[in-house]
Amino acid sequence: MNHIRFNLKVYLLRHLQVMLFSLGQLWRQLLTSTMTVLVISISLALPAGLYILLQNIKQVSNQWNYVSQISLFMEYNFSDRQANTFTNKLQSWPEIDAVKYQTSNKSLENFRKLSGLDDLLNNLPNNPLPATIIINIKKDSLNPDTINNLLIRLEGFAEVEQAQFDMEWLKRLRSINKTGQLGIGILTTLLSLSVLLVIGNTIRLSIINRQSEIKVIKLVGGTNNFINRPFLYAGFWFGALGGIVAWFILLLTMALLSAPINELTLLYNSQFNFQWFLSPMIIALPISGIILGIFSSWIATKSYLSNIEPH
Amino acid sequence: MIKFINVYKHYHNNHQALSGLSFHIDEGEMTFLTGHSGAGKSTLLKLIALIERSSHGQILINNRNINGLPQNKIPYYRRQIGLVFQNHYLLFDRTVFDNVALPLVVAGENHREIGRRVRASLDKVSLLGKERSLPMVLSCGEQQRVVIARAVVNRPPILLADEPTGNLDCELSNDIMKLFEQFNQVGVTVFIATHNHDLISTLPYGRIILQHGHLAQ
Repeated sequence: MNHIRFNLKVYLLRHLQVMLFSLGQLWRQLLTSTMTVLVISISLALPAGLYILLQNIKQVSNQWNYVSQISLFMEYNFSDRQANTFTNKLQSWPEIDAVKYQTSNKSLENFRKLSGLDDLLNNLPNNPLPATIIINIKKDSLNPDTINNLLIRLEGFAEVEQAQFDMEWLKRLRSINKTGQLGIGILTTLLSLSVLLVIGNTIRLSIINRQSEIKVIKLVGGTNNFINRPFLYAGFWFGALGGIVAWFILLLTMALLSAPINELTLLYNSQFNFQWFLSPMIIALPISGIILGIFSSWIATKSYLSNIEPH
Repeated sequence: MIKFINVYKHYHNNHQALSGLSFHIDEGEMTFLTGHSGAGKSTLLKLIALIERSSHGQILINNRNINGLPQNKIPYYRRQIGLVFQNHYLLFDRTVFDNVALPLVVAGENHREIGRRVRASLDKVSLLGKERSLPMVLSCGEQQRVVIARAVVNRPPILLADEPTGNLDCELSNDIMKLFEQFNQVGVTVFIATHNHDLISTLPYGRIILQHGHLAQ
C-alpha cells in the first residue's frame, strides 16, 4: 500500500515538474509565446465582448418590455364622464397593470410641446385629437398572443376608435437579438477554430524542433503519454494565459467605454446600467482557453508524434 | 534468450535486408555480430529493439514472440533492453546526469533511487565526476561511455550495441569492450554488432557473421 502511495507521489511530482518545465519553455521562447498568447486572447476576447453586448441588449429589451403600453384612441364624442367608468372597468382586467386617461386637450398640449407647431395649431378651428387611454400591461402578460387577444377585445368596445400596440419594434429588437446570438455562435466557433489552429501549429513546430529528443525518449522506453505530457501542458499554458490576457482586454475595453456609455444612457434618461460580467469572465475565459489549448495540443500530438520513431 | 526463426526483412523498395535468419543466443552469453557494411547488422539489432518489424518469421525474446507485440507495449519492452548506438542519441542540452537518468525517469522511478543508480552507472564507466557536464564538452569516448551508462542504468537483462566503437581509436575501443565484458560477467546478455575484426579477433566470444542478409556461419 505504501508502495502505491509512494508511486502516486512520484507520478504527481513528475506532472508538476513537466508543468513547470513547459512554462519555462514558453518563457525561453518569449517573443513567439507572447505572439501566440495575444492571438489566442484576441480570439477569446472578441466573442466574449460581443456576448456581453448581447446580454446588455437583452437587458434593455426586457426593460422596454416592462413599460410596454397600449394606446386607446377614443371616439371623438367620448366624454370625461364616460372615461371614469371605462377606466375602472379596464383596471379590473387581469392583464392590465395601470390605466391612465388623457383628455383630448391634454393630448393637444403634449403634441404642441413635442412638435413646436404652435402657430399652425392655434389656427385650427377645433381640437382634432381624440381623448386617449394609456394602458400599462402586466409583465407576465407580455407575450404576442395575450397582447393580440387584448387588442381584439379593446377594439370591440364602441367607445374605442383604435387600439394600438407597436409590437413591430419589439419584434425587430428580438429578431436582432436572435440574429446576434446566432452570429456570436458562428463567430465563437470560427474563433475557437482559429485558437485550435494557432495552438496546434505552435505545438506542431515544437514537436518538430524536439524530434531528436522524442526519438531518444522512445528508444529508452518512453510511452506516448510521457512524451505527450509537456506538449499538453504547453497547450494548457497557452490557453490559460490567453484567457487571462483576454480578460484584461475586456477590462481595458470597460475602462475606455464605461464613461461614453454612461453618458449615452443619461441622455436617454434611462435607468439602464451596462453590465460587464467581469467576475464570471475571469473564470470562463481561462477555462475556455485551457479546454481549447489542451484539445488542440492533444490533436497535434496525436497527429505528429506517431510519425516520429527512432530509426 | 534471443532466438531468430527463419526471419526475413524486406523494405518497400524490394530491398531484401535479411533472408531466412535462424540462430539463438543463450542467456548471459556475449556474442558479436559481424559482416561487411550493408550486410544487415543494424537491421537485425533494430528488429530485436522493435525499431523495425520483421517481414516474416519469429523473433523470440525470453520465449516470447515480439513480432506480435502491440505498438503500445513497445516502450515497456524496450525498458528491458539496453541500447548503445554509434551515433550516441544523447540530449545535448541536458547534463550527463539527466541523460543517464532518462530511462529511470520515463519508468517513473523516484528521485532518491534515480540518484543512486545514475551515480552507480557513471561509476562503472568512470565518469562519476562528470555528472553536471554537458555532453558537448566530453570527448567522443566519454560520450560513448555516457550512452553505455544510460543503457545499463535500468539493469536490463539484454544489452544491444550497434558499432559502439565505430568513432573511437584502438585504445578507447578496448576500454569500451572491457566495459561490455564486465556487464556480461554479471549476467547481462550482450549482443554487439561490429565490423572491427581486429578488435574482436582475440576475444573468446561467439560470432554471428552476416553476408548480404544471410547467415554465413
